[in-house]
Parts: sequence; structure tokens; C-alpha cells
Amino acid sequence: MANHEIRVKVNGVERAAHVESRTLLVHLIRETFRLTGTHIGCDTTHCGACTVLLDGRPVKSCTVLAVQADGKEIMTVEGLERDGKLHPVQEGFHEEHGLQCGYCTPGMMMTAVALLERNPNPTEDEIRHAISGNLCRCTGYVNIVKAIQYAAAKLSEEAAVPSGGTA
Amino acid sequence: MIPPRFDYVAPTTLDEALAVLAQHGDDAKVLSGGQSLIPLLKLRLAAPAVLVDINRIPGLDRVEEADGMLRIGALVRESALETADLVRLRYPILMDTARVIADPLVRNLATVCGNLAHGDPANDHPATMLALEAEVVARSASGERVIPVTQFFTGVFATALEPDEIVTEIRVPEPAPRSGGAYFKLERKVGDFATAAVAAQVTLAENGTVVRAGVGLTNVGPTPIKAVRTEAFLVGKPLDDATIREAGRLAAEEAQPTADRRGSVEYKRDLVRVFTMRALRRARDRAEGRAGAAAERAYATAGGR
Repeated sequence: MANHEIRVKVNGVERAAHVESRTLLVHLIRETFRLTGTHIGCDTTHCGACTVLLDGRPVKSCTVLAVQADGKEIMTVEGLERDGKLHPVQEGFHEEHGLQCGYCTPGMMMTAVALLERNPNPTEDEIRHAISGNLCRCTGYVNIVKAIQYAAAKLSEEAAVPSGGTA
Repeated sequence: MIPPRFDYVAPTTLDEALAVLAQHGDDAKVLSGGQSLIPLLKLRLAAPAVLVDINRIPGLDRVEEADGMLRIGALVRESALETADLVRLRYPILMDTARVIADPLVRNLATVCGNLAHGDPANDHPATMLALEAEVVARSASGERVIPVTQFFTGVFATALEPDEIVTEIRVPEPAPRSGGAYFKLERKVGDFATAAVAAQVTLAENGTVVRAGVGLTNVGPTPIKAVRTEAFLVGKPLDDATIREAGRLAAEEAQPTADRRGSVEYKRDLVRVFTMRALRRARDRAEGRAGAAAERAYATAGGR
């Protein structure tokens, strides 16, 4: 079978697509779904610019076949913002100047989101370890680490506020 | 980069997958984590007619002990090995190894069995599995066979696997009491292949002499190397500084590195010498139960160095 009809949930929305066996997940996302926030950097499984969450885990979407995602959930950078409000990780990158050219940023943020889901209070070492598959050629990573620390603090603050509370 | 055209099937049982392989033989390739195979397809260094995706076959993702063996199923991801308590507590050498493979994103998909089946002498698990004297379980439509890992690597990117076989499991013997191991690797940057790396696993007697030793070398030869002379030297000796120094010297001799952009022959041999000593020291500490939680945390932070 060289062609496939697949169904995926992208940022919470069910979508169907026709793909070739050889279509890469990143091309499905960018060209079929027109979600161009996910970047193609090296195209050789090194840089992490194409990182998306596949069933909640960060993966390099240039190294997954689109057909492999059939029946799965994909989250891209476009899925982070909710009701006009930035995700704490996005807010962190904004507040801490966690980018310069911005090319690595979508992938970097998806990795950060997955890290904080799994480990809400990471040490600096754990953050650096987690983003070691996402390359940034501008920042020297210092502000990226700060941005993720900002997001961790913000998320734990939000978690500490009882639902319906005003604190 | 777009791969060449191929047919893709995703069977939901092992028998179906084996039937497809039996039908297509060399024209078919097994897709597990895909983190080596998909780059090869994109570079058009591989052009199989059929990809058999085994990711939808249930039951292949277990890592568990049974009948005296740790069993690592075909779909166990490197990230699962990194975080499994069983591995951390009983097989820290496997955790050391998993943690320095490629990068965390790749490890979310890459499989342990694939790391062996790919047959790349630069891959990391082969040396560790040689040190542990693991076995590879291969299934085809005509049955199952168990291949000692010492007979598995037959050449550069070549293994003892037949085209119609799937690696369903790797089996590692459960460690005897007073056993420990470690893996040390130098990579120029995260995600690069090893300049050189060394796996060492020892079992010690009550008096501290070596009862069993396994030493494996990564990316310093056409295949992963089991440093058998080093192992033979270690058995029966106390694992003291003089023994460890001599073991380092012997392992460096057993390495067969070639010069490339990662370093000269002399440099790589010396890395093997130094890493053999470091791996044996950490293996000894772990075997003697002297590597406590704090030490293990420090090892983790050092990233295998």
C-alpha cells in the first residue's frame, strides 16, 4: 500500500488526510494542515526545529512517517495558546527573551511543555538535558533555560491557586 | 529530503508481520523506532519495497525479568530503559548506555532492539550487550532462534539476522550478587556517534577478586568489539588500581580504531584505555554497593563522562 487515508487529532481537532507511505509527519503538518509554526531545520534528525508532541511525547516530526501517526494525537506550537492567552512556556520565552532569530523556538517550546508535564520542577541540569536534542545557534541557551524556569514557576503558581480562588 | 516510494503495512500481530517478511525477504524492512531507518530512507541509502511497521503489535514493549533473564521487547524505547526503576536498580550499565544515545527526542522513539539490529559499530548498546553476554531472540515464520550477541555482529552494518527475521527480544542474564557495570562514552556533541566508548561489567567474589568480567568497545572497529583478552586478564585478579591500569592498557590494544574527523588512531586508543579504567572503577563501586543515591545522581549529571 503506497497510499493511505489517515485520521489524526491535531491540536484537539479531528482531521483526515490522504498521505503517501513516504510522506513525513512534518510535511503533513506544514503542507496539508498548513500549520507552518512547526519548522524544518536540518531535515537530518539533529536540530529539533520540527519537534511536535505525538501522543504527548516530543518527537522529531521529520523522522516519523505521517502514516505512523494514524489514530494518534499531535500537538504543535499552534495548540499552545488557549482563548487568546499564551501558554506559560510561550509567556516565559517572551518575558525572558528566550529567542533571537526564533527558528528553533517552536520545537524548543514543545520540548519544554513535555518536560514540565513530566517534571514540573526541573533543575537547571534537567532542563539542559531535556533540550539537548533542540539546537539553538543564537542564544547560547541561557535565556532559553530562564524561559523554561519562568514557565515552571508560573505553572506551579497556577497549580497552587485553588480552583475558583482569586489569590 | 523525501524517501523513495515504498509500500507500508502496519500489521497488528507478529504472525502477520512475519508472513509479510517471508513473502518479501530482502525487499522488506522492519520499522520499529525508525530513528536510523527513516534517515537512511531520506538519504536514499536504503530503498526497501515494503516497510513492515511493527509499532502496532501489542506486547512487544515490555521490559521485565523472568526465568533468570531481563527481557527487553522489540518496542522498548530508549527513554523507557532510561526511566525504568528495574533498570536503574539492577542494570545501571543499561541506564548509562541509554542515556547517552542520540538525544532525548530521538530516544522517545528509538528502540533498544533496533540499536542492535541496525548493526552499526558506532551504536552504543552492542558494546554493553557484549559486556553483559546478552542473547538476541529472532523470530521468522518458520520459528524462533536465540543468537548469542557474541555471534550477532558479523560485519559493518551486518548481523546474523536473516531478512525474514524480526528481533523480538533481547535477553540479559540477571546479575549475580556483587555485580556492577558502567558505560563511558565521549561524543563531540549530543547526538554525535561515539568517538569511542567502553562498557564494563564485573562480578566480584566476597574477597573482591573478579569472578566474571565483560568488556565491550564502541566504534573502534568494523564491528562492536568484545575485549576478550582484557576480560581473561581480569578474572581471578583483585580489582585494584594496578589491575585496572593493566586492563586499560590491554583494552586499548584490542581496539582497532581508524583515524577520522573524530580523532587519530592513537587518540582513540587512549580514550579506550582511560574509559576502560573509569568504567571498571564505577563497575566496582556499583558491585560493592558503594555507589549510593548521591553518587548515582552525580553520574547522571556527568552524562556518562
